[in-house]
Amino acid sequence: MSSVLKIVLQRLGLGLLTLFAVSIIIAFVVELLPGDITQAILGQSATPETVAAFRKEIGLDRPAHIRYFEWLGGMVQGDLGQSLASKREISEFVGTRLSNTLFLGGLASAIAVPLALILGLLAALYRNSIYDRIVNLLTLTSISFPEFFVAYILILFLSVKAGFFPGISNVSTDLAFSEQLFRTILPALTLTLVVLAHMLRMTRAAIINLLSSPYIEMASLKGTKPFRIIFHHALPNAWGPIVNVIALNLAYLVVGVVVVEVVFVYPGLGQLLVDSVSKRDLPVVQACSIIFAAVYILLNLFADIVSIISNPRLLHPR
Amino acid sequence: MLKTLWSAPLTAKLGVLVIICYVVVAVFAPVLAPYKETSIVGASYELWSDEYLLGTDNIGRDMLTRLIFGARNTIGIAFATVLLAFIVGGTLGMLAAILGGWYDLVIGRIVDILMAIPSLVFALLLLTVFGTSIPSLIIIIALLDSTRVFRISRSAAMNVVVMEFVEAARLRGEGMAWIIRKELLPNITAPLLAEFGLRFCFVFLFIASLSFLGLGIQPPLADWGSMVRENATLITYNDITPLLPAVAIAGLTVAVNFVVDWMLHLSSGLKKEHQ
Repeated sequence: MSSVLKIVLQRLGLGLLTLFAVSIIIAFVVELLPGDITQAILGQSATPETVAAFRKEIGLDRPAHIRYFEWLGGMVQGDLGQSLASKREISEFVGTRLSNTLFLGGLASAIAVPLALILGLLAALYRNSIYDRIVNLLTLTSISFPEFFVAYILILFLSVKAGFFPGISNVSTDLAFSEQLFRTILPALTLTLVVLAHMLRMTRAAIINLLSSPYIEMASLKGTKPFRIIFHHALPNAWGPIVNVIALNLAYLVVGVVVVEVVFVYPGLGQLLVDSVSKRDLPVVQACSIIFAAVYILLNLFADIVSIISNPRLLHPR
Repeated sequence: MLKTLWSAPLTAKLGVLVIICYVVVAVFAPVLAPYKETSIVGASYELWSDEYLLGTDNIGRDMLTRLIFGARNTIGIAFATVLLAFIVGGTLGMLAAILGGWYDLVIGRIVDILMAIPSLVFALLLLTVFGTSIPSLIIIIALLDSTRVFRISRSAAMNVVVMEFVEAARLRGEGMAWIIRKELLPNITAPLLAEFGLRFCFVFLFIASLSFLGLGIQPPLADWGSMVRENATLITYNDITPLLPAVAIAGLTVAVNFVVDWMLHLSSGLKKEHQ
């Protein structure tokens, strides 16, 4: 058990190190801004005096590494700096945005994960059957669809033609939970369709890979029932890869959410990021990027750790 | 080459045919299109008619014309990006396999860190800083994508570098460029080609998404992603015209995916199973 703990701690340390490196890269990229951030805000016609005053106001006159550590220190304490466009504290409005995005992502994965696991398992069990081929064709097709295409098809059929759901998901915190759920259904369905194909294909591949290993063949040769083979022999070894697949796709979901939020005008973090990019509101872009990156890294780290913990060979060392 | 194509499954043949159609449309766009790319020919949002086969867009440009020119811009930029990503990532990957040691370690770690940032978020950050001109779009996405190409080409080259003929070439005193071109490349072409198809799909969808967000290919250039965005309001009036560019995007990626799927089957030696 201690060896497992050691590996897990190692991974955690590595994850923190990665996060630190990523924060340096993000800060460095912002430093690269051609000209100066002040010019982007004040325009070309600003006099040198106003530029100097403004630089002092936002603290640009100090060296880069000091600013980086101040920014990092603020980050850790929950102070994300000030928006250039609205002059508000970023931490004031980023919280609700993040929780909206997590709600959307959570809803989508609550639908997608069980569905993908069941369909993928079936495709693996009945491989090369008609069902498997149809699934293969359908998933290959839906992987090729851009997210906004899926979103607009759903809007066209479920919102405009049938009128089941609203085409715009303007949720806010003062709505009842059921109403919030109702308005989030369409974006969540879109995200589900986007990750379902990937997850299904990867689950299928993981199971097929496992079923072709010698000990499964041995089990079936000695006459074990297929049901028992799956649940008693195959699944304990399959959890690792399957959880890995899920976490990888949730990480993908975190990014896919950006486009979907824009389509449905959903007030999440992705929408905020895109808005801020077009306004060139760098502090907000910086804050959103680091939050997205942190969630992404954490999910990948989680996948790593779960696949270590769920590996029977590591849990029962000889 | 033609013989293997003839024995390919139906989906792969269909894929090749569709890709050829897209390329023809992209190359001969000025001949095929009824109007000029950016000229305003009618009122905004006109319906489908004999004059404007697919109607007009939000400021009165012919939809069909924009669709045809969009093939040129969207596919051309995606292709250039993937090519650049393969030149950069492929060269670095093969060098890492040949040189090993410190070089391999340092580049490998840099790639690890770059891949730890979700690529759409990183691309948005870089585009905020450097602006959304076409050269910066191509360079930024190619750079982000070359990390994946680096990994693939490094691991493919690793298997070849240990072969005797590479050792012999080294002992003969051949230069690095010669070893890469004559010894490594011919042996890893098959996996790299399949990867090229996959990366193309990915980059193509990625650029379409960026354009859809208004941060990719900029107007007045016709581009499928931004065409969907500009005309999206029509969907709420039960009109499918804005979806046509999205269909065009999906059609090409489906076709490329079918071909890649077949190529992967060929190289994995599972020829019989697929037929």
